[in-house]
Amino acid sequence: MTREALPEEFYQLMEDLQAVDFVLIELNLYLDTHPEDLEALKQFNTFAQQSQALRRTFEERFGPLLGGGKSFSTFPWAWKEPPWPWQI
Amino acid sequence: MWVYEKKLQYPVRVSQCNPRLAKFLIEQYGGADGELAAALRYLNQRYTIPDKVIGLLTDIGTEEFAHLEMIATMVYKLTKDATPEQLKEAGLGAHYADHDKALFYHNAAGVPFTATYIQAKGDPIADLYEDIAAEEKARATYQWLIDMSDDPFLNESLAFLREREVVHSQRFREAVEILKEAREQKRFF
Ligand SMILES: [Fe+2]
Repeated sequence: MTREALPEEFYQLMEDLQAVDFVLIELNLYLDTHPEDLEALKQFNTFAQQSQALRRTFEERFGPLLGGGKSFSTFPWAWKEPPWPWQI
Repeated sequence: MWVYEKKLQYPVRVSQCNPRLAKFLIEQYGGADGELAAALRYLNQRYTIPDKVIGLLTDIGTEEFAHLEMIATMVYKLTKDATPEQLKEAGLGAHYADHDKALFYHNAAGVPFTATYIQAKGDPIADLYEDIAAEEKARATYQWLIDMSDDPFLNESLAFLREREVVHSQRFREAVEILKEAREQKRFF
């Protein structure tokens, strides 16, 4: 399967998002067992905001990341278009 | 329900086509201590575990599916350009005969996945101790895989997954303490 090479910006934005979302997953699990840690909770909300902003930037440039109506679609229907995660 | 996101939890890069490594990695796809077993184990235990730790089991179980996708990506990238001859040399001839290059839920020795890899005792402490053991076994498996791999890019992703098992184990240990504490309180008041 050959496909056009993705622009450098795709990888950069994707990695930025992966980094921020990783912090969120880590804080999420931590808060599951430390629900009263206010500092961690504040960090969680800050990073959640950053994640939303980064996801919006990525999607405007490269199409929807979330299925089922959690992301908007351009015309024609962009969700089914590659690259899928294992093709990157 | 679940929402799919078109991105890996952590980037997966490989240096070159290497079906021999893929054959070993499949252990973490459909093996006893692999990511499929982990996801199914935790998500299944959720329904009968005390409320205090349902969130943790849900979140770790969900993350395990993201890990399963990372392993699948590794296997796909390591085998997609291999010829049948190369697959045969790598010990994947029997796999090719049945599946071509399709992934399949079996372990490194070709034994198909079975639900008997997963326990569900209904006793919260017993279940969580099993979860801790499962995380430690997965961590050990990732170490053995890294020891056998000479692909620096792949090893970076494998090290990420190994570290996740350490964190999951830690969180499960905390969950045990939370439940023990709740039990003590019940006893005294
Ligand atoms: Fe895990």
